[in-house]
Amino acid sequence: MNLLKQKEWNWKVSGVLLGLIFIITVAVVKPIGVSTQFVILDGILWKSVNSELVVKDDTAKKGYSSPNAYLNKSGGKYAKNVANPLNYSFVFVVAMIIGGFLAYSMQENKDDKEERVIPKVWRESLGDSHLKRYIIVFIGGFLVLFGARMAGGCSSGHMMSGMMQTSISGYLFAFATFLAAIPTAMILFKNKGE
Amino acid sequence: MSSVILALVFGLAFGFILQKTGAANPHRLINMLRLKDFTLMKVILFAIGFSSLLLFLFMSLGILNPHFSVKTAYMGVIVGGLIFGVGWAISGFCPGTSVVGAGAGRKDALVFIFGGLIGAFVYMLVYGDLKGTLLFNKILGGKTTLANTGVEKYNSLLESIPAIYVAGGIAIVLIAIAFILPARKMENDL
Repeated sequence: MNLLKQKEWNWKVSGVLLGLIFIITVAVVKPIGVSTQFVILDGILWKSVNSELVVKDDTAKKGYSSPNAYLNKSGGKYAKNVANPLNYSFVFVVAMIIGGFLAYSMQENKDDKEERVIPKVWRESLGDSHLKRYIIVFIGGFLVLFGARMAGGCSSGHMMSGMMQTSISGYLFAFATFLAAIPTAMILFKNKGE
Repeated sequence: MSSVILALVFGLAFGFILQKTGAANPHRLINMLRLKDFTLMKVILFAIGFSSLLLFLFMSLGILNPHFSVKTAYMGVIVGGLIFGVGWAISGFCPGTSVVGAGAGRKDALVFIFGGLIGAFVYMLVYGDLKGTLLFNKILGGKTTLANTGVEKYNSLLESIPAIYVAGGIAIVLIAIAFILPARKMENDL
């Protein structure tokens, strides 16, 4: 039973280790969050074609301002991170990619190739068209990040980090997401089997 | 610079753990949302309860001075959460698991990230117009928790009760639910 080679851990091992990384990060730096970094990457890409997007501004609380209202909010907090991508939150999310890569590389029994584009539960209800999967996943990604930004966080920031701190915003977010997600999944994936 | 090294270590650990929990596998996530497989739900509830219990316990014992960061509760949390929920169910990914899934070589995760970048970009463009609307009306005082964090700028709904009782009580309920929910049946496995 080598934990590094296992495809998936027992739920208790998973729960303890996931809980530990949440408590260690809040003890040392700050709670985990992911969805903001999609905005930062957008800002970095946008800035590469428009150098005026983020400018140094001594009157702003964080020292940077932007003509874009979203990047400019909270005293130019996002504007500052767009100008300095080597910051904790952005590097954290980039490192998550490496973590996922390492975990899968060490996995002993690799997944089926098709399974890595179309999950089994999807194939049973919606068929095996890659294009269909990509179009719906694209729309899903759009809705998830648009919604997460409107809500000010995602499953990591609101649900896990938020509920850990007993935040009202975390409970509200978890309630709203499951309220929409459970019926959507039940209607869309109503195959006969398990 | 040291914060960048911490980010590398913690981000890598979080990505590694998420992949091993199965959360970055949309098959698992969709089956959780269809109420067919509660394994991931057990993991999430246990992790939240466990970390919350330790957080408030260490704080009450004076061992730890946590870096709390409580987000504001406002109407947009609910509306945004509903939009998020639909996208989550149709794709089987959330922002964190898409990043991890992409690292693990899933092509659908890359497509999700691409859609996500466009969705976040559109939100950046419309934010200026949404800013003054009802969406940003605060709920229950905004940055509010149940347990008292001891941080001046955050409100607490149960201020007079010691935080460890409030957070500890909630944590025990979450952990108990994690144990009660049924585990995956083997034939349901891939």
